[in-house]
Amino acid sequence: MKGKPLASIVSAGLSKFGKLEGLYAREIFALAAKEAFERCPNLDPKRDIQALFIGHMGESYEHQGHTGAAAADWAGLLHIPATRTECACASSGAALRAAVFAIASGLCDIVMVGGVEKMTHRTTPEVTEFLAMASDYPFEQWHGITFPGLYALMATAHMHKYGTTEEQLAMVAVKNHHNGFLNPKAHMQKEITIEKALSSRVIAWPLKLYDCSLISDGASCVILTRPEIAKKYTDMPVHIIGSGQGSDSIGIYERENFTSLAAAKYAARQAYEMAGIKNPPKEIDVAEVHDCFTIAEIIAYEDLGFCKPGEGGRLIEEGATTLEGNLPVNTSGGLKAKGHPVGATGTAQAYEIYLQLTGQADKRQVDDAKVGLTHNVGGSGATAVVHIYRRE
Amino acid sequence: MSESLQFTIEQFYKFMSQGKLMGAKCQSCGKIMLPPRPICTRCYSEKLEWIELNKRGRLLTYTIIHVAPPQFQHLVPYAVGIIELEKGLKLPGMIKGIDYEKLKIGMELEIEVEPPAEGQEQKWPAWPKYYFKPV
Repeated sequence: MKGKPLASIVSAGLSKFGKLEGLYAREIFALAAKEAFERCPNLDPKRDIQALFIGHMGESYEHQGHTGAAAADWAGLLHIPATRTECACASSGAALRAAVFAIASGLCDIVMVGGVEKMTHRTTPEVTEFLAMASDYPFEQWHGITFPGLYALMATAHMHKYGTTEEQLAMVAVKNHHNGFLNPKAHMQKEITIEKALSSRVIAWPLKLYDCSLISDGASCVILTRPEIAKKYTDMPVHIIGSGQGSDSIGIYERENFTSLAAAKYAARQAYEMAGIKNPPKEIDVAEVHDCFTIAEIIAYEDLGFCKPGEGGRLIEEGATTLEGNLPVNTSGGLKAKGHPVGATGTAQAYEIYLQLTGQADKRQVDDAKVGLTHNVGGSGATAVVHIYRRE
Repeated sequence: MSESLQFTIEQFYKFMSQGKLMGAKCQSCGKIMLPPRPICTRCYSEKLEWIELNKRGRLLTYTIIHVAPPQFQHLVPYAVGIIELEKGLKLPGMIKGIDYEKLKIGMELEIEVEPPAEGQEQKWPAWPKYYFKPV
C-alpha cells in the first residue's frame, strides 16, 4: 500500500548547535537524548528502547571512533545494541534508514536514532582536511581539491549550463539566515543581506564564505516506534511513509554531469514511490534539504522535482521556498545558518520536520503542514538519503 | 592478467610518472575505465588490457581554491578543474601556467607530470603529481 507508515516518530531531541566549548561528542548527544526523553513521559527509555543507531562522520575530530557504545552509555541506555553508521554528512540520514528497517522488519518495537559531531575545537584548515576525507583520496584530495572546491566545480558547471547567478546563490544564504534567526537552537542567529553575502571572502570561487555551511558542534535524535503502538507514547506521532537512499561514484569527476546528484535523484524516486507522491511541489508542505553550500540547495530543488532541471535559481528568486512561499525549504535555517555538525545533520532535519508536522515550530511554523521531506547528502553526493513524513 | 601490471590506481600512477596516461579496457565488453579497476564494473570480466590515452582534454568545469588543507595552504589561490579526455573519460587535477581570468569552460588543456621531489618514494599515499596546462 502506498503511503503506509513504515515507522513513527514519537519524540525528538536536539542540542543547541554552535560552538559548544569543553564538551565531548558523547556529552552533547546526552543533551539531545534528554530532550527526547522529556518530551515523551510515557516512554521509559531504559525499559522501552531496544536499539540505538547513531550517525557520526569522523574519528579525526576527537581521536574517537566506536561512537555507538559511547553515545548509548552517556545517554543512559547500556546495554542495548548501539551501532554507528558512517556515510559522511549523511551518516545520521543513513542511521535513520537503518532504524526504519529495524522497525519495519518487526525485529524492534522502539528504537532511538541520532547523530553527533564535535568540530569547532579544530582549526579551519584541519576541518577542511577532515571533511575532504569523504571525497576521493587518490584523485581529488591528492590534487588539493577541497570540499568547497567540489561544490564550486558543480556551481561553475551549473552557472555555465543554466545561467544560474552568484546573486541567486546568495539568496539561498539570505533565506536560510532569516530562518535561522527565528530558530533559538541555530548556530547563527543573524540576518544577512545579499550585498554582505556577495562581498564575503572567496573560499573556492564562485563560492564565498556565506555560500558555505557552518562548522558546528551538535547532536540530534528521534525515537521511532512501530506505527501500531505510536499512540501509546504521543497523541501526535509523525509517520515515516517513504525512505530512499542512493550511491554514486566517490569522485565527482567520473559522473555523467556536475549539475545534478544522481544518488539524490535515485533516493527521491524510491522514497516518492513508497510514499505515493506523484507531484512533489504540490504534495509536500515543508522540506529540509542538504544546503552544505548554497549551490547544493539549488541542485536539491531540481533533484527532488520541486522544479525542472536548471530552474532552481529561478525558484529561489521567486521566493517559492521562503517561509511564506508555496514550499518552504530549510525552515530551521538549514546547514547554512542552523549549523552543520556533520554526523548530526540527518536526524536534525528529521527533528525540524517533526516540529513542523506537530505544530511546534514556533515563529517559523508553516501553516497546516501535513507532509514533510528530508534530503541528506553525504560528501559530494556519493550518498543521498531521502525520507518522507506525514502527520497523523 | 599479467601479475606485474595489475589494474590498480598504483599502476596508473606508475605509468603517469613515465608520462603515460593509461586506462583499462575490458576485453569482454569494451568498457574503458579511468581510473582502472581490477574487474570490469559493467560485465565483471577480469580480462582487461591497458590502453594509452591522449593526454589532451577539454575543460568541463573549474574553481579557484582560496582555503585549503594545511599541506596545500602555501599554494593558495590555486585552480583545479575537471577535463574530458577522449571517449568521454574524465580526470580532475590542478591547472597551472595560466592566468585564472583566462580560464574558460571548453578550452583545451594537456596533462603534464611533475617531476618527483628528490628522495620522494612514489607509493601510497604519495603518488606522483600530474597537472593540467594550456596547450
